[in-house]
Amino acid sequence: MTDMPAGERRQLAPPSDDTGILGWTRKNLFSSWGNGITTVVLIAGMAWVLSWFLEWALFTANFTATTGSECRGQGACWALIREKFRYIFFGSFPYEQHWRPLFAVIAMLTMLVLSADRRMWNWRLLVIWSVGSFITFLLMFGQLHIPLSLILFVVLAAGGVGLALRSAVADQTERAAYYALIAIGIVGIGLRFAGILPAWKLAIAPLSYVETSLWGGLPVTIILATYGLAFAFPYGVLLALGRRSNLPLIKGLCVGFIELIRGVPLISLLIMASVMLPLFLPSGVTIDKFLRAQVAVILFAGAYIAEIIRGGLQSLPKGQFEAADAMGLNYVQKTALIILPQALRVVIPPLINTFIGFFKDTSLVLIIGIFDFLNTANQALVDPNWAGFPGEVYLFAAFVYFIFCFSMSRYSKYLEVELNKGMRR
Amino acid sequence: MAVETLGSAPRKTKVAPWNDPVIRGWVFQIVVVGLVGLLAWYLVSNTMENLARQKIASGFHYLEREAGFEIGDTMIEYSPASTYARAIWVGILNTLRVAVLGIILATVLGTVIGVGRLSPNWLLSRICEWYVEAFRNVPLLLWLFLFYKLISEAFPGPRQAISMLWNSVFLSNRGVYFPVPMADPIHKWMGIAFLVGIVAAFFINRWAKQRQALTGQPFPTLSAGLGVVIGFPFVIWLLGGAPSQMSWPELKGFNFAGGTVIQPEFTALLVGLVLYTSAFVAEIVRSGILALHKGQSEAAAALGLSRGQSMRLVLLPQALRVIVPPMTSQYLNITKNSSLAIAIGYPDLVASVNVTINQTGQAIENVLIIMAAYLTVSLSISAFMNWYNKRIALRER
Repeated sequence: MTDMPAGERRQLAPPSDDTGILGWTRKNLFSSWGNGITTVVLIAGMAWVLSWFLEWALFTANFTATTGSECRGQGACWALIREKFRYIFFGSFPYEQHWRPLFAVIAMLTMLVLSADRRMWNWRLLVIWSVGSFITFLLMFGQLHIPLSLILFVVLAAGGVGLALRSAVADQTERAAYYALIAIGIVGIGLRFAGILPAWKLAIAPLSYVETSLWGGLPVTIILATYGLAFAFPYGVLLALGRRSNLPLIKGLCVGFIELIRGVPLISLLIMASVMLPLFLPSGVTIDKFLRAQVAVILFAGAYIAEIIRGGLQSLPKGQFEAADAMGLNYVQKTALIILPQALRVVIPPLINTFIGFFKDTSLVLIIGIFDFLNTANQALVDPNWAGFPGEVYLFAAFVYFIFCFSMSRYSKYLEVELNKGMRR
Repeated sequence: MAVETLGSAPRKTKVAPWNDPVIRGWVFQIVVVGLVGLLAWYLVSNTMENLARQKIASGFHYLEREAGFEIGDTMIEYSPASTYARAIWVGILNTLRVAVLGIILATVLGTVIGVGRLSPNWLLSRICEWYVEAFRNVPLLLWLFLFYKLISEAFPGPRQAISMLWNSVFLSNRGVYFPVPMADPIHKWMGIAFLVGIVAAFFINRWAKQRQALTGQPFPTLSAGLGVVIGFPFVIWLLGGAPSQMSWPELKGFNFAGGTVIQPEFTALLVGLVLYTSAFVAEIVRSGILALHKGQSEAAAALGLSRGQSMRLVLLPQALRVIVPPMTSQYLNITKNSSLAIAIGYPDLVASVNVTINQTGQAIENVLIIMAAYLTVSLSISAFMNWYNKRIALRER
């Protein structure tokens, strides 16, 4: 080493075996003897598995066969997927109408993607979900018959929620509008029950009616998961608030319910929904099988969501509750305006992870005979012309599930970082 | 004007009863409980009416009747002539068998993968990451179907079974056949010796810890414990004349006779449960280790502990505090997910109860049995894990 005169000190380049591809390889793959051996063994194993897999899935695969027998003795029979993919995606939905579930899936995905944008987390969310759900169910059913009493109930609920949340900040006209909505709702429902208003239904019927027993494939999976979560969410919030309440009876009810549901497997709830729900209802009343499964999923999801939200509620410092009390807010205002906005923010990433879980768990509905995506994939194997290629179909289905779940888990990770920006220094 | 004396109770402000929070609370509670009660009464009365119309007698008397269905995979004596109660008990045992094995194997595999993800070897950590992503993001049921179909369709029939280990183990689409020792009365005593060995190992461990705390002398607890647990049964076996008669699987007609078999349904369910859950366990273990401060491993290294010692004595005991609570819910998940067995035909609790429902129509009683059984198992696992969690929790002085 030669001393350099001051002022002429050059920055030396790092040693050549410490940078670039070579340096990286040395540091990450061959840092020690054991490490080097592990790397070599892993590369050999991967090469063996990959060559076998590519041979099967690509080089000797058959993409063009018209029956299963043409595929036999070769590699993967992707021709089966080509033949069956419309059934796998849309089930028994009338074949020439397949554009309807396709656009329903697109509508729901658009709805979900839009809801993922933080700029939409306000009143826009309500609009997105109303429009998206309307389009989805109009496409899936083909016809919607909305009873008058439901419309009146929505009017009443809108007035009640508006008044509860905005009574402190709304001006005279806005408050009058809420009172008017409530009045219309109450009077209307009263008249409807008294039989003065007729059993009128708002009929929107541009397409042919398709009943739920014909629904199948991807739209069913997405509907069960999305609406399972959408309905379970408010009810999970109520359960969580009930569990944190200091009213002993309410607390007891909520704790009992949550622990009961969380202690038993989803399958037992689905079996219960399919064999016990008919017993619970008065004779002559039947509930659609699809709706029964949806109810079971909602009940199940609610208990899990309640526990997550409870975590968020517990993470809030006591001062928030006390400050809200000191400002003279009542319970509804305190909860809706102060507590929940902060608590929910914390629990959004775990909520998305739960949603991923439900997206996967909806596959269990095949046990009670509903044709979700996994079940239609299963049914595609039954065709005697194409028997004997389970690997191809399941890998394809696994790939589709993977795309959905993986992108959601990445979104949840991104959100975790994004929402914590304010907390980081 | 009366002057208030010091120490007298502060004057209560009069509140109208409808504004009193206590009264309000009770009114609200009574209304809610009343509504729930009304709903329950409505459902129960409907159910009674429906049951009466379908002429189904409620009660658990049906459990003593003859079940009349076959169960393919049983751990205890069972035939179609046995009672429904016995059939359900067979199901419960099958559920427990797959749950216990699944919990053990998933913990081991998940820990290996979780530690692998933290390996300094880039390739190893990437492979472990892909493994976790692949298994986490696809429904368990799909894995179960895939493994089951692969075993039952890709494996050859018994006549062309793949033989391994010098014709002692056979793989076929009817399951894995392997030799077992012939039944011998000594086995019972070996089992007892095994249990005695476990108890002895427990006390050796306690004694060794006390001695180390007093004198600082370490004791090879692990090898001594293993020696006792394996040695006691071995000595009993030798004392009993070392019976080494084996029952070998042999092809007789269309299937194997002799030896014992692991059914394909059981294999598929266990493999699926273990691979799926180990992905979640790996994430838990990884985050538990990552949650530790880097100073811990550096301090352990500075004390001159080897890598294994620092892992065992310094890092893992601390990581366990973070790991145990989420691990508990994974164990509960394995137990609950074992109910997916019904989809591939493994006769677990839900499967036997489902057949019972279809044969007897006693839906309510059977669903109650399922719920009671799972709640018992879940609550016992939670209780055990809570006890363990308390034991390893940080003891602050």
